[in-house]
Amino acid sequence: MSVADLTFLALLLPFLGAIVAPLVTRILGHNAAWALALVPVAIFLHLTGFSAEIARGEVVTGGYAWVPSFQVRFSWLIDGLSLTFMLLISGIGALIVLYSGGYLKGHPHQGRFFSFLLMFMGSMLGLVASDSFLMLFIFWELTSITSFLLIGFDHQREAARRAALQALVVTGGGGLFLLAGLIILWNMTGISQFSLLTAFAPQVKASPLYLAALILVLGGAFTKSAQFPFHFWLPNAMEAPTPVSAYLHSATMVKAGVYLLMRLYPVLGGTPAWQIILPVFGAATLIIGALLAVRQTDLKLMLAYTTVSSLGLLVLLTGFGAPYAIEAAALYLVAHCLFKGALFMVAGSIDHETGMRDVTRLGGLRSAMPLTFAAALASAASMGGLPPFFGFLAKEEVYAALYAFDGRAIIFAALAVVGNALMFAAAFAVALKPFIGKRVETPQAAHEAPLLLWLGPAVLALMGLAVALLSGTVHQLITSPMASAIAGEARVVTISLAPHFGVPAALSTLTVLLGIGFYLRLARLRAAIAAALAAIGWGPDRGFDQAMRGLVRLSCAVTRRLQTGRLDIYMTATFTLLAVVLIVPPFLYGELARAPVFPQDIPLHELAIMAIAVIGLVAVILAQDRLTAIVSLGIQGFSVAVIFLLYGAPDLAFTQFMIETLAVVILALVMTRLRLSPSDHRPLRESLPDAAIALACGLGATLFLLKVTQAPFDTGLSDFFNQYSKTIAHGANVVNVIIVDFRGTDTLGEIAVVMIAALAILSLVRLRAGSLRRIADNDPDAEEASR
Amino acid sequence: MEPVFSLLTGIFLTIAIYLMMSKFIIRMLMGVVILGNAVNLLIFTSGRIMREVPPVIGPGLDVPAGPVANPLPQALILTAIVISFSFFAFLLVLSWRAYSTLGTDNTDEMRVAEPDGTPLPPLGY
Repeated sequence: MSVADLTFLALLLPFLGAIVAPLVTRILGHNAAWALALVPVAIFLHLTGFSAEIARGEVVTGGYAWVPSFQVRFSWLIDGLSLTFMLLISGIGALIVLYSGGYLKGHPHQGRFFSFLLMFMGSMLGLVASDSFLMLFIFWELTSITSFLLIGFDHQREAARRAALQALVVTGGGGLFLLAGLIILWNMTGISQFSLLTAFAPQVKASPLYLAALILVLGGAFTKSAQFPFHFWLPNAMEAPTPVSAYLHSATMVKAGVYLLMRLYPVLGGTPAWQIILPVFGAATLIIGALLAVRQTDLKLMLAYTTVSSLGLLVLLTGFGAPYAIEAAALYLVAHCLFKGALFMVAGSIDHETGMRDVTRLGGLRSAMPLTFAAALASAASMGGLPPFFGFLAKEEVYAALYAFDGRAIIFAALAVVGNALMFAAAFAVALKPFIGKRVETPQAAHEAPLLLWLGPAVLALMGLAVALLSGTVHQLITSPMASAIAGEARVVTISLAPHFGVPAALSTLTVLLGIGFYLRLARLRAAIAAALAAIGWGPDRGFDQAMRGLVRLSCAVTRRLQTGRLDIYMTATFTLLAVVLIVPPFLYGELARAPVFPQDIPLHELAIMAIAVIGLVAVILAQDRLTAIVSLGIQGFSVAVIFLLYGAPDLAFTQFMIETLAVVILALVMTRLRLSPSDHRPLRESLPDAAIALACGLGATLFLLKVTQAPFDTGLSDFFNQYSKTIAHGANVVNVIIVDFRGTDTLGEIAVVMIAALAILSLVRLRAGSLRRIADNDPDAEEASR
Repeated sequence: MEPVFSLLTGIFLTIAIYLMMSKFIIRMLMGVVILGNAVNLLIFTSGRIMREVPPVIGPGLDVPAGPVANPLPQALILTAIVISFSFFAFLLVLSWRAYSTLGTDNTDEMRVAEPDGTPLPPLGY
C-alpha cells in the first residue's frame, strides 16, 4: 500500500471502528476502551510519519476522484495547520476513548457511545484534512450531526435533547452559510481546492463579492466556534457526558470554526473588514465568556464558558493582523487543547467520584484524590499562564502580538488582560477550590479515580509541561509549520522559557495579579454578575427557545391553512391549479390554437347523439333528486358508447355499454340503501365559483385539444400495429391484438389493478361496522386504556 | 370532426369537475364516472377521428384494405374503461362504508382523521 492509500485508510478508520465498537464493547465490557483506543493511536502514528516533511515546509496532498462530472475530489491537504489539528484530534481522542471506558463503565449503551465518539472523530479528522470545498462541507455537517448524537446521548432527559437540538440547529445552520460562502469563492475563482486557492488571493480580495463571501464564511465559523452572539449552544452542550465535553470543547468541534478562519487566512485575511470584524467579535466573546464563566458554580459550566472565552481570544488573534498574532494563535490553540481537555476530565472525575459538581459544595479533596489534584493544578497553571507551563509561552506571545502604542492595540490588549485574568480566576476556582480547605460531605465518599479516569488528565497535564520544556523541538515540528501554514509564508516561532523582560512580561504579571484578586473576591464577583444578568433578563438562549416555538407555531398555522382537512377545499385548489395550467401558458407563450373550422356536413344522427350526451350531462346536474341524476348519468354513458360505435370503435362501445350499465345499477342500489337528505344541491354562493372553475378547466381542455389536433400527426405506431397484427400476431382485430399481444404486459397490470380493487372491495364489504370503529380510533393512549 | 370532439370533451370535463367539487359523495362519484368518459374522449380525439371503419383486417388479407380508425387510442381507452370502473367500484364501496360508520355523506362532516381544533404540537424538546 502506498502512503496515499494509508492516509485514505486513516481517514476511514474511525468510521470502521464505529461499526465494530458495539460488538467489541459487548465482548470486552468497559475494557473495550483499550482496544478501541488503538484506532486513534494508529492514526496518530501514521501522521507522525509526515512530521519531517511538514517541518521542512512541504505539503502533503493526495486524493481520488469523487464526482468527476463536477470536478469534486476526495482529496486531502496535510500542511502544518492540518497536521497539528489531526495530531491533537487523534492524540487527545485516544485519551478520551480511554477516559470514556472508565467514565461510562457499566453504562448499558457504552458501545453505542464509543461508536458515536469514533464517528465524530472521523468527521473531525476529515474536516481538517479536506482539501476540496465540498468534502470540507460534508465533514463539517457530519461533525454537527455526530455531535448532536453525542450531546443528546442521555436522551431521556429533556435538557439533553434540547442541548443536542440547539447545537445541531446553530452549527448545522451555520454550515449552510459556509456552503454558500464556499460556492461564492468557487464561482469567483473556478477553484474548489484550498491548496490551489491561495494563488488567487489578490483576485478574491479585489472582487465585489468579497464581503459577501467573507460574511457567509464567518457565519459558518462563528456559529461553530461559539462566538458571541452564537455562544449559547456551547455551555448547554455540557448536558453531554463529560468525555464528550472534554473532547468537543477542547480539541475538536468548537475549534473547527477557528480552523476554518486559519485555513482561509491567506485568501480572505488581512483586509480592513477582516481586521475589524474578527477582533471585535473575538474580544466581545472573550470578555462575555470570561464574565459568564466566573458567574457559574458548576465545574463543567465554568470550563465551558472559559472555552467560549478562549475561542474569542483565538478569533481576536487570527483577525488582529499584527506581527506575532498568528504565532500567538497557533501557540494558544495547542496550549488550550492540552489544558482544557485535562481540566474537563478532572471535572468529570470529581463528578464521577463524589457525585457533586457544584464548586461551592466541594472541598478538601486533595488527600482523597492526589493524582487528580496534581493534574488539575498543572493544567490550571498552564491555563492561567504560569511558568513553566506551555500556557505561559502562549500568553507571552499573545501579549507580544497585542501590545503596541496605538489606540486600537491598547484597547484590545486591555480587554485581553481582563479576560485572561478572569479566566485565571475561573481556572483556579475549578482546579484549586474543590481540593483545598475543609472536607465537605458529598453524595458519594470521595476516593481516587481509577486508572482509566486519571490517565487522560495526567498525560495532558504532563504534555503541557513537557511541550514547554522542549519548546525548541516543538516549535520546529509543530508550531512554526502551523504558523507558516496559516500565514501562507514562512514563520518561525522562537519563544522559550528563558526569562525575558519587557512589556509582554509586565502584562503577564499584571494578568496574574489581577487574576489572584478576582479569585479572592470570587463570591462577590459572582453575585455582581448574576445581578447584572438578572437585570438584562433576556439572552440568546431564551431567544432560541422563542424562535423554536415560533417556528412550531408558524408551521402549524401554515399547515392548518393549507391542510384544512376539508375535501372540497382540496378539490377546489386542485382544479383551480389545473385551470391555470391549462389556460395561462398558451397565452403567455403565444401557443393558442387557430380558430377551428367546424365541418358543415355532419350527419343528423351524429349531431343528435352528441346532443343527447350533453342533455344527459346537464340533467345530471339539474336533476331534483338523486335517482333522476343517476339515470341521466346512464344517458351520457350510453351516448358515449354510441359515439364510439359510430366512429370506428365497436370494441370500446361494447365495453362501455357493459360498464355503464353496471355502474348505474350498482350506484342506484347503493344509493337506495342510504338514508340521505332529499336534496344535495349547493347554494348559489358555492355553485357560482365552482361553475366558473369547472368552465375554465373545460375551456382549457378544449383549447388544448384543438391545438393538439391542429399539429401534424405521426401515424408511425398505428401503421406498425396495422401492418404486423396479422402477419406476426395472427389476429384480424388490431385493437384486440394490441391488448393481448403487443401490449400484453400492460393488460396483465390492468388485470392486477382490477383484482386488487376487487380484494379491497371484498374486505370493505365484509368488515363489520363495530370493527371499523376500532380501527378509526388510532389514539395509542385510548387503546391502552380500553385494554 | 376534431373541433366538434374537442368541444364535446370540454363539456364533459366541465360537468365532471363541477360535480367533483360538490360536498356530497354521491355527486362526486358521478363526477368521477363522467371524468372517465371525458378523458377517454380526450385520448380518442388526440388519435384523430375516422368514421365507421374499425381497425379490423378483412379475411384473406395481411393488412387493412384501406384507411382504418387509429387502433392505438382504442387499445388505451379499452384499458382505461376497465380500470376506471374498478376505481369507481372501490370508491363506491368506500363511501358506503364511510356512510355506515359516520352516518353522513357530507365531506364537511367527515372529520375523524383531521378533526377541527387540534391542539398545538408540543412546544418542548
